[in-house]
Amino acid sequence: MKQLVILGAGTAGTMMAQHLAQHLDPQDWRLLLVDRDDEHHYQPGYIFTPFGLYDRADIIKPRRQFVPRGAELVLGEIEAVEPAQNRVRLQDGRTLPYDFLVIASGCSIAPQQTEGLAGAGWRKNIFDFYTLDGSLALRDALAKFQGGRLVINITEMPIKCPVAPLEFAFLADTFFLQRGIRHKVEIIYATPLPGAFTKPRAAKELGDLLARKNIKVEAEFAIGRVEGDKNQIVSWDERAIPFDLLVSIPTNMGAAFVERSGLGDELNFIPTDKHTLRSKKHENIFVLGDATDLPSSKAGSVAHFQAEILTENLLAAIAGRPLEATFDGHANCFVETGGGKALLIDFNYDVEPLPGVFPLPGLGPMHLLRETRLNHWGKLMFKWIYWNMLLKARPLPFIPVHMSMAGKQV
Amino acid sequence: MPNKTIGAFTIEVDDEGFMLDHTQWNRDIATAIAQQEGIATLTDRHLLVVDFMRKEFIEKGTGPSIRRLTKESGVETKELYALFPGGPAKKAAKIAGIKKPAGCI
Ligand SMILES: Cc1cc2nc3c(=O)[nH]c(=O)nc-3n(C[C@H](O)[C@H](O)[C@H](O)COP(=O)(O)OP(=O)(O)OC[C@H]3O[C@@H](n4cnc5c(N)ncnc54)[C@H](O)[C@@H]3O)c2cc1C
Repeated sequence: MKQLVILGAGTAGTMMAQHLAQHLDPQDWRLLLVDRDDEHHYQPGYIFTPFGLYDRADIIKPRRQFVPRGAELVLGEIEAVEPAQNRVRLQDGRTLPYDFLVIASGCSIAPQQTEGLAGAGWRKNIFDFYTLDGSLALRDALAKFQGGRLVINITEMPIKCPVAPLEFAFLADTFFLQRGIRHKVEIIYATPLPGAFTKPRAAKELGDLLARKNIKVEAEFAIGRVEGDKNQIVSWDERAIPFDLLVSIPTNMGAAFVERSGLGDELNFIPTDKHTLRSKKHENIFVLGDATDLPSSKAGSVAHFQAEILTENLLAAIAGRPLEATFDGHANCFVETGGGKALLIDFNYDVEPLPGVFPLPGLGPMHLLRETRLNHWGKLMFKWIYWNMLLKARPLPFIPVHMSMAGKQV
Repeated sequence: MPNKTIGAFTIEVDDEGFMLDHTQWNRDIATAIAQQEGIATLTDRHLLVVDFMRKEFIEKGTGPSIRRLTKESGVETKELYALFPGGPAKKAAKIAGIKKPAGCI
């Protein structure tokens, strides 16, 4: 009996289990899916919880509900992978040998990487929304907030869902408008990048969005430390930004076991072939989702496209055939812009987000790179699609695995 | 996309002068770009940073953050800002012939 082990039963690992269960003969293969707990979080929902729009119940479902027949869910903390022995060690002492390994252990925030960030102010006047607990604590703080300086800060790239901080800024603007205190709130968006929009076409189409919403941008702000006693963040070149409420997107890092296994880079992301999704170091290890070091966005939609490619390549590797399926970096994301509107962006490694219609040329009905109400409904629908289609690895209607230029304005 | 003549070389650059094809890069081009950016000579310390940025970009498709740059290249942050006044991430990327630091949108 051969064994295929998937590490992480989040978005990517669950989809891989669904795909592989359809293809691997249970007579020959045992398919294991490993995670530390039985709570699957709909992470895109974290953007809505701070504003009281979603609650725990919208976000959490049991993982086992999405484990297909033919796969087994193993609950346990992963201690390390031992590639030389082709096995995974769990903290409780169990070992899981594998013939092929899929790593889908994602990434999470590491506030301790920034001096002063995880200090006395953490979850008092300094919050994150990249965890459920963080976004719920922030909800309580926002409900009490009566005015002052709200600073949103990206510590460093890469982060998962790179548009989420911007969405947060827009939703905060709407939230304070609705509460009638927008005039008492200053919103500052501090980013290490050269601007809020860095791609030429997006900058051209959307460049004035932040000014229109009176959100101030502090560009090229690379945070060096948080000075808790003075309630300010300070950059490496000593620019200080005072805050009353700091919403931080801390450094994102891959899982700690990746480091213990000697598989990652300095942020515990795993060097991965950008087209085949095979680990650069080990022939029988494949990586997808947020755990990779690829320049593609770390997003659920990306993991969905990768899962289709990786399934083909894994089956090829198992059969001893060359890996022919190639991932193009395709991402497709709704971006909330507040006021009941959203953008839709569709891009890949080589093509930046372009304006146009999606998915059908001439028909749409979605508009790319433009604020519309329909895109906002799309974003809300995404929760249903996530639980009912994405996690079950059903193909998304009209949305091809490889990005299409149809409907895009070049 | 515009072409730009730098010394004896013609390189392809974007609107802000970042090279589009890092394989066209060489040390002489780097020196010429640096001079346009107000850095008269590229010292070994500059080149240490530039080489590290190129290595990261070629391996990963994106340049490193300031924190990683200092942690991995061994050049302290203060020195980094002194070497590339007004924003090392952008300026060093330009001199290294790699893309401007960018998000997905
Ligand atoms: C605020 C926010 C908003 C977002 N919005 C969107 C959006 O609008 N659209 C979109 O497409 N994407 C969005 N995303 C991104 C999306 O959620 C992720 O890209 C996606 O979940 C990645 O899937 P993954 O399987 O790689 O990682 P995850 O889903 O995070 O799964 C990794 C799994 O590995 C497990 N694991 C890790 N280490 C261990 C260990 N040592 N032992 C046992 N188990 C372990 C974890 O428990 C986890 O279940 C958003 C993310 C955030 C944080």
